[in-house]
Amino acid sequence: MTDPAIRLAGATIGYGDVAIVRDADLTVRRGEAVAVLGSNGSGKTTLSRGLLGLATVLGGTVEVLGAPVGRLRERGRVGYVPQRHTVSGAMPATVREVVGVGRLPRLGLFGRPGARDRAAVAEAVEAVGLADRLADPVAALSGGQQRRVLVARALAAEPELLVMDEPTAGVDAASQAALADVLARVSAAGTTLLVVTHETGPLAGVLTRAVVVDSGRLTYDGPLAGAGTAGPDCHHPDEAARPPVRGYRLDQPRPAPDAVRLRHGSR
Amino acid sequence: MELLEYGFMQRALLASLMVGLVAPAVGVFLVQRRLSLLGDGLGHVALTGVGVGVLTSSAPVGTALVAAVLGAVLIELVRARGRTSGDVALAVLFYGGIAGGVVLLSLAPRGQATNLDAYLFGAITTTTAADVAVFAVISGVVLAVVWLLGRRLYAVSDDEEYARAVGLPVLPLNIVLAALVASTVVLSMRVVGLLLISALMILPSAVAQLVGRSFRSTLYLACGVGVVVSVAGTAGSYYTGTPSGGTIVLLAIALFLVVTAGVALRDATARRRHGRQVEVHAAHPHEHGEGCGHRPVPHGDHVDYDHDGHLHAPHRTGTGTHYDEHDGSAHPPAAVVPPVGRERP
Ligand SMILES: Nc1ncnc2c1ncn2[C@@H]1O[C@H](COP(=O)(O)OP(=O)(O)OP(=O)(O)O)[C@@H](O)[C@H]1O
Ligand SMILES: [Mg+2]
Ligand SMILES: [Zn+2]
Ligand SMILES: [Zn+2]
Ligand SMILES: [Zn+2]
Ligand SMILES: [Zn+2]
Repeated sequence: MTDPAIRLAGATIGYGDVAIVRDADLTVRRGEAVAVLGSNGSGKTTLSRGLLGLATVLGGTVEVLGAPVGRLRERGRVGYVPQRHTVSGAMPATVREVVGVGRLPRLGLFGRPGARDRAAVAEAVEAVGLADRLADPVAALSGGQQRRVLVARALAAEPELLVMDEPTAGVDAASQAALADVLARVSAAGTTLLVVTHETGPLAGVLTRAVVVDSGRLTYDGPLAGAGTAGPDCHHPDEAARPPVRGYRLDQPRPAPDAVRLRHGSR
Repeated sequence: MELLEYGFMQRALLASLMVGLVAPAVGVFLVQRRLSLLGDGLGHVALTGVGVGVLTSSAPVGTALVAAVLGAVLIELVRARGRTSGDVALAVLFYGGIAGGVVLLSLAPRGQATNLDAYLFGAITTTTAADVAVFAVISGVVLAVVWLLGRRLYAVSDDEEYARAVGLPVLPLNIVLAALVASTVVLSMRVVGLLLISALMILPSAVAQLVGRSFRSTLYLACGVGVVVSVAGTAGSYYTGTPSGGTIVLLAIALFLVVTAGVALRDATARRRHGRQVEVHAAHPHEHGEGCGHRPVPHGDHVDYDHDGHLHAPHRTGTGTHYDEHDGSAHPPAAVVPPVGRERP
C-alpha cells in the first residue's frame, strides 16, 4: 500500500507513434484528490487514457497502483468515467444494467453478482440522484442524466483509483453539488481521485491539488487555488514573487501562444 | 398434425427450434457491438470448411465448425492489432471464404453430394439424426456460455474501451463471442443456409430492440421471436414447398415491419396526446423560469411551475419551449419526455 497511486516518470503518451503528452513527471499519493486542468486539446484526456492503458505509452514509466500500466491489473481497482458524453449501446439497457457493469471486474471470470453487488449498484445510482430511474432504459434519460449513469458505473466499482474525464460536463448545478458530496465521501474513504475538468468551482472543496497540461506538457503542479490565479495574464500584485510557472486561468480560454508572446514582449 | 408424422420433418422442426433459440441469443451481442455482419462473414468462411469436408470425405458440419471458429479467432486478432479496420477484415473473410468454398467444392470428384445450393440456402429436410445430435451439443454449449459469460459479453459489446480500462479480459471475451458466432453459423447451416444465417441472428434482435426496455428482456424476447419465426417458417415451408431458409427470413422481416409500424403508431398516438396538452394553454405570456413570478416546484430531475392552478413542466422541443402538465403525483412516463431527437417510449 506504500506504492503511489500514480507514478509518471519522463512519460510520453500518445496514439500510434504520435506523442501527445511529452516527458511528464507526476506522482500522486494514495488518497490524494487531483484536478487535471488545461485548454481543449492540451492532452488531458490522453494523459488519463494513458493511465488506463487506452493510449500508448511511448516512453518513460507509467505506473498505476504500483504496477506498470498495461499489465493486467488486479480487477476492480480502477474506476473510469470516459469523456464521451452519453451511453450509446444499440440495444436497450436499464440504468441498473449499465451501472452493474461497474461491478463486473470484481467478480472474477465467472462470478455472478450477489446481494453485496446489487447494493453497491443501488448505492451508486442513489449517489448520482437517479434512484427512481433504476429500472428505466438509459436511452430515455437526458444527456446529463446519462453522464451521471456513467459516473455511477465508476462509483459502483468502489475503486482504489477513480479517473474521471469531465464528469460535470453537461450536468446541472444541483447534480454537480451532489457529485461533489459523493466525491468528498469517496475521497475521505481513501480513494485516490484524478478528475479532468474545466470547471473546478463545484469540486473545489474536494480536489486539493491541480496539474495543468499545456500542449502536452505538465506546466503546473501545486495547490488547486494556485492554478486558478497564477498566470501571465493575471495582474496580481504579488506576481513577481511567484515562482515562474506558466499558470492557467480557469475563467478564460488561453490565448494562442503567439498572442501570449506578444503581450509578454510589450510588457 | 400431419407434418409431425414424418421423421425428416420432426428432425427439421427440432433443428429449427434450436437454431431459432440460439442464433438470436448470440445475435443480440453482435447488434450491440454494431458488428451485425460478422455472422455473415463467418458463414462465408464456413463454406470453405464445407469444401474441405466434402473433398476429404469427412463430415462437412465438423470441418465447417473448425473453419468458422478459426476465422472468428483470426478476425478478432486482426481487429485487436488495430492495423486493419474490422470492416476490411470482414471483407477479406467474405470473399476469401466464399471463393475458397466454391473452388474446393468444384474440385470434388464427380458423383459426390456437392450441392452448393443446399449449403448456401439451407436444406433442412436433409438433416440427419446425427446432425440433430451435433446441433443439440452445439446449442447446449452456446447457451451455457451465454448464460455464464452474458454479463461480460454485454459489457465488452456495450463499451469496449471501458471494459479494457477497468481490466476485463477484452480480447479473450471477444474471441469467445466470435467463437459463439462461428458455432451458431454452423448450427444454422442446414436450416437457413450460409447466406442467410446472419438474418436469423440479427432480425429477431432488431424486433426485440424495438420493444425491449432492458438488455435482459430484449435478449429473451429476441430468442422468443427467433423460435417462433424459425419453427413457423419451417412448418410453413412444408406446406408451401418453398425453401425453409428464405421462408424463415421473410417471416422475420414481416414481423419486423409489423412491429416497427406498431411502435411508430404508438409513438404517434403518444405525441398527439402530448400535443393536445399544449392547446389548452397555447398562449403563454412568458417563458417560465427563475423569478418569473410563478412558484417553482422541484419535480424529480426538473422544475415545474405552478401556473393558474396547474403545474407546468417546460422542456425544449425542436420548435421552442413546450409545456407539459404535471400533476405532481406521478412522473410522466419516459414517452412524454423523450431525449431530444429520439421520440421513443
Ligand atoms: N485517438 C486519437 N488519435 C490521434 N490523436 C488524437 C486522438 N485523440 C486525441 N488526439 C489528439 O491529441 C491531442 C490532445 O487531445 P486530448 O483529447 O487529450 O485533449 P483534451 O485536453 O482532453 O481536450 P478537451 O478539453 O477538448 O477534452 C489533440 O490534439 C488531439 O487531436
Ligand atoms: Mg478531454
Ligand atoms: Zn397553463
Ligand atoms: Zn411563469
Ligand atoms: Zn414535473
Ligand atoms: Zn411537451
